[in-house]
Amino acid sequence: MAPILQIKELEHTYSPGTPFQHKALDGVSFSVERGEFIGIIGHTGSGKSTLIQHLNGLLKPTSGQVLLDGVDIWSDKKITRQARFRVGLVFQYPEYQLFEETVYKDIAFGPKNMGLSQSEIDRRVRQAAGFVGLTEKQLEVSPFDLSGGQKRRVAIAGVIAMEPEVLILDEPTAGLDPVGREGILENIRAYQRARNATIMMVSHSMSDVARLTDRLLVMNGSRLAMDGTPEEIFVHAQQLLDMGLDIPDVTRVFLRLKAMGLDVDPVYSIDQAVAALKKLKEGGHHA
Amino acid sequence: MLKDITLGQYFPGNSFIHRLDPRTKLLMLVVYIAALFIAKSWISYGMMLVFLIGCIAISRIPPKSIVRGMKPMVVILVFTGVLNVFMTAGETVWVEFWIIKITKEGVIRGFFMVMRILMLVTGTFLLTYTTSPIALTDGLESLLSPLKVLHLPVHELSMMMCIALRFIPTLIEETDKIMSAQKARGADLENGNLMEKVKALVPILIPLFVSAFRRADELATAMECRCYHGGEGRTKMKLLHYTLLDMVAFFVGAVLLAAVITLSVFGL
Repeated sequence: MAPILQIKELEHTYSPGTPFQHKALDGVSFSVERGEFIGIIGHTGSGKSTLIQHLNGLLKPTSGQVLLDGVDIWSDKKITRQARFRVGLVFQYPEYQLFEETVYKDIAFGPKNMGLSQSEIDRRVRQAAGFVGLTEKQLEVSPFDLSGGQKRRVAIAGVIAMEPEVLILDEPTAGLDPVGREGILENIRAYQRARNATIMMVSHSMSDVARLTDRLLVMNGSRLAMDGTPEEIFVHAQQLLDMGLDIPDVTRVFLRLKAMGLDVDPVYSIDQAVAALKKLKEGGHHA
Repeated sequence: MLKDITLGQYFPGNSFIHRLDPRTKLLMLVVYIAALFIAKSWISYGMMLVFLIGCIAISRIPPKSIVRGMKPMVVILVFTGVLNVFMTAGETVWVEFWIIKITKEGVIRGFFMVMRILMLVTGTFLLTYTTSPIALTDGLESLLSPLKVLHLPVHELSMMMCIALRFIPTLIEETDKIMSAQKARGADLENGNLMEKVKALVPILIPLFVSAFRRADELATAMECRCYHGGEGRTKMKLLHYTLLDMVAFFVGAVLLAAVITLSVFGL
């Protein structure tokens, strides 16, 4: 099957022709397959946020193309608008965009803009609320009466209710406690499985991306620095550290073990670490 | 983009104008505006224009950013110009058509009015472009301090102004973010009739107000934590004092004002 998203030589310059001119993206190319879970990492100002805002047509590239199902999303006004619905974008701290009287109405905002029928809107709102674990009762309260974590869920449900084929999230777990983080990540997985959706997640938690994603994009200085499976990326731990990025805690431990003279390969998940240590232990017995 | 709004923006620099005492600049602006309203003739307007362009050149503010700042003014300028052209009675009729009558006097008057507004706004921009909000409020507080005798809360007023100026860029950024977020949910902000456009503002204004109140609350707490309790006994890190530069500026200002007054007295 053809890739759902193709990004070709994307370039974006902010405030061109002013003293504040700044190139935020430079020659970024990659493609995204259906059903992939992609992590986007990079430190602040590396172009992550600018990149994801191109994928649903919020920002227009200075040059280069974004192809959704092989069609340039800027080729026609209607197609640009369609791209907004097919590629759902959840911003950082999305709870700050809630505005309706009730949770139900807020989640319904997206589907309503799509021009769907009343019954279809109702179905989508309830289903989206289900994905993020909101109860029937919570649908009727004001979103401003909810806790921070619950507001976040409402905001994510508001995008999920549009049933996008590609769901992009900018640091969906920022500022949440461990239980809240785990819950949101589980909700995202549930949506991916149910719809065979493509997920792209910007995150600063290397442990999360190592555990959840099939593939990682590393942004550095407006460019796409690396593109590969977590395994392929975290082998270059030192390079990541040089870019000012973190590596998963367990990878850090294993790098240290190796430096201390133990014969271990770099790992990036707890399961791998357990397996590697077992192997080492058994190997030790045989020797 | 909203980010292009330059209202109240400060361009850091080290020019003659940047280094002037903020009080000098505020007083000069008052003198400049007064002169602008006294000026009546081509010569005095020309003098003011030369003075303004000179100031811009000295300040090294890129003229482009000044022009960009003018964009929101276009409607008012056109309105003023057109109104003055059509509404001024005069003797030398240039065009007469139905009930419309354009006279030489009207065109000249319209031109002067537009120039006056343009120069007024540019002069004010020059002040905010070259003076940091903190320096500006410090200057204002110092200039207004005699009014404390009348129990006017001078310090509180200038603190409010300082906070307002400080938060303009923050709120613009916030608005931009909220607009993007709602657009991502399919909000249509460009199309539709007036009613629909007003309705489309609701998803932007409500989160904006909520966040403005939240920020105000946080700021108030932060100020309390640092023991802020108003102006009583508060000292300043940067004390204002006039230098030779300010004397030069005052001299230029006085000459300009005197020249404009003299010219208008002699009807030039």
